[in-house]
Amino acid sequence: MPVARTRAVALTGVDGSLVEIEADLANGLPAFTIIGLPDTALGEAKDRVRSAASNSGLELPSRRVTVNLSPASLPKHGSAFDVGIAVAALATTGALALEHVAETVHIGELGLDGRLRPVAGVLPAVLAARRAGARLVVVPWGNRAEAELVAGIRVIAAATLRDVLAVHGAEIEPPAEPIEPIPSPPVVESRTSEGDLSDVIGHPEAIEALQVAAVGGHHLMMLGPPGAGKTLLASRLPGLLPDLDADAAVEVSSVRSLAGLGVGEGLVTRPPLEAPHHSATTASLVGGGSGLVRPGAISRAAHGVLFLDEAPEFPSAVLDALRQPLETGEITIHRARSVARFPARFQLVLAANPCPCGQAGTGDAECTCTPHARRRYLARLSGPLLDRVDLRLTVRRVGAVQLTGVEGGAITTSEARARVVAARERTRARWGEHGWSLNAHVPGTPLRGPRWRLAPADRASLDRALERGGLTMRGYDRVLRVAWSIADLEGDDRPRADHIGRALYLRKGI
Amino acid sequence: MARKDVLGRTGEQLAVDHLIDRGYEIVARNWRCPVGEIDIVARDASTTVIVEVKTRAGLGFGHPLDAITPVKLARLRRLAGAWCAEHEPGGRVRVDAVAVIAGRDGIVIEHVRQVC
Repeated sequence: MPVARTRAVALTGVDGSLVEIEADLANGLPAFTIIGLPDTALGEAKDRVRSAASNSGLELPSRRVTVNLSPASLPKHGSAFDVGIAVAALATTGALALEHVAETVHIGELGLDGRLRPVAGVLPAVLAARRAGARLVVVPWGNRAEAELVAGIRVIAAATLRDVLAVHGAEIEPPAEPIEPIPSPPVVESRTSEGDLSDVIGHPEAIEALQVAAVGGHHLMMLGPPGAGKTLLASRLPGLLPDLDADAAVEVSSVRSLAGLGVGEGLVTRPPLEAPHHSATTASLVGGGSGLVRPGAISRAAHGVLFLDEAPEFPSAVLDALRQPLETGEITIHRARSVARFPARFQLVLAANPCPCGQAGTGDAECTCTPHARRRYLARLSGPLLDRVDLRLTVRRVGAVQLTGVEGGAITTSEARARVVAARERTRARWGEHGWSLNAHVPGTPLRGPRWRLAPADRASLDRALERGGLTMRGYDRVLRVAWSIADLEGDDRPRADHIGRALYLRKGI
Repeated sequence: MARKDVLGRTGEQLAVDHLIDRGYEIVARNWRCPVGEIDIVARDASTTVIVEVKTRAGLGFGHPLDAITPVKLARLRRLAGAWCAEHEPGGRVRVDAVAVIAGRDGIVIEHVRQVC
C-alpha cells in the first residue's frame, strides 16, 4: 500500500515540534479521514484540501485516504497543516517525488481555489523546523519575509498549491490565467514610543527616575493626581531603552507572529509597549484560551514595557497574576493536554491616582474621599506586588512657573537613550561574566558579598533603615540595585552615600 | 427507457463482463426483494459476492463511488442478509462495488472489494 510522508510544525507557545504527516491510500470507498488529535479547524482541512486539489489540476484519489498526524498524542491546532496534508495525500498517487516530499516541512493554509493563505506563527515555526534539523521549508507567499528572517534553512515561498506540487516534481498544466498570490496581512504597528522626552514639561525627578529604570530594568510606579503627566511619562520609557539584542529581537518578533500582529520586513528591534485597559482579564494579560493558547499582553510586552494605567482599577486577581512572571521572566500556561511557554521578561510601569477623587495630597484642591475609601483604593495593589516595584514616585501637577519658565534644559529622548546605553555598557562590563545583563537581575548575595560590598560609611543610611524596620531584607537588596543603576547612569564606579540616599528616596518616595 | 436507465443497464452489463473475465460466476442479476434490489450476485470460489454497480457518463458530478453513501451501504448489508436468508448459499459473504465510468475517452471500470 502506498504511504506518503511529509512534515509540519505544531506550536505550543513559542516552542514548536516537528509533526510527521502520513497519508495512506487504502482500497475502499472514497473517504478522507484525519486522525491524530486535530482541533475543529484542522479537522475541516479535508474539505479545503479536496477543493484546493481539484482546483489545482490534481484530483485526490477516489479511494480511502487516511491522514495521520504523528506524534498522535500531541494536540494540533489551526489551519497551518493544510498544505502538508494536501501534499501527503496527493503524494500517495505517485505523482510527487516521495523522498523530496518526506524531507520538506510544509506550513500554510489552503484556500478553496488552491492558493496558500498566510498563517500566524510562521517565524517560531520555521525556527523550530531549523532546530529540528529540517533543511527545506515551504511557506505561503504572504509569510515570505517573515520566514526568510531565519538563517540556515532554505525557504520556498509558494503562492498556490500548484507551485508547491511543482517543487516536488509534479507535472501539472499551468493555470489558464496568472494567479494573484494572497498578500500578507497588514502589520499592526507596535506602540513603541510616541513623542519625545523633551515634550515633558517639568518633572525633573521623574525624568531622572525613568532613566534609572531604563538602565537597571527596574519596575516603576507613579502616583499622582489626574493630569499630572503620568501617562505622558510612561509612554516615553520605551524610547529610552536601547535597541533589542539579537536573541530578544527574535523572541519579540516570534510573539508578534504568534499573536497575529505581523512581523514585517525585518526583526523587531525596538522594545514594545503594551498598555492594556483596566478591564483586562487574567487570560488577556498572561495569555490563555481553550485549546490553542495565545500570548497575552505580558508576553507581547516582553523585552519592553507593560504599562498599567489606573492600576488600582485592575481586578486584584489580575494584578497578582503578574507576580510569578515578574520573578521568572517567563509564563507557562498549563492546559489539560499541553503546557505552553511564552517569554515575559517585561518592565512593569504602574500609574495610580492617590485616591478615588484624585486630589489627595495635591494641595490644589480638597480631597473629598473618606479616609477609609482612600485606604481601600491603594490597598488594591497588593503588598507582594508593590514589593517588586523598585522605584515609587510621586508625580505632582505642573505649575504655571514651570510652564512659562526657562526654556531649554529638557533632555531629548535620543540624548537620554545615549546615557542609558552608556550606563548599560558599564553594567555589562561589571556583571557580564556572571551572566546578568541588568542590575535588577543581580541576586542579593553577590551584592552584599565581599567583592561588591559598599563601604560602611556609604551605606550608613541604608543600614539604619534596615535596623529601624523601615526596610525588609529584600527591600535592602532592591535599594542596592537601584543605587548601582544610579551610579552607572552617572558614570561612577561604585555607588556612594549620595546614590544610596537617592535610591532609598526613590523606593520610599510615596 | 430514459437515457439514464440505458446507461445503468449498459454499465451493469459491462460490470458482469468484467466479473466473468476475473473468474467470477454470476448467480443472479437484478434480484428484488422488499428491501430493494441487488444489481449482481456472483460467486468468487466459495464466497458469495453481492455487487453494487454505479455507472456515470463522466466525472462532472463526482466519482461514481462517491455516490455510495453510508445509507446505501447499510441497505446493501440488509440486502445481503435477505439474499442469504432466502438462498442459504453457505460459505462467506462479501459486498463489492464496481464503478463504471463511460466517458468520451473510453470506459474505465474500477472494482473495490469488501466495501462493508
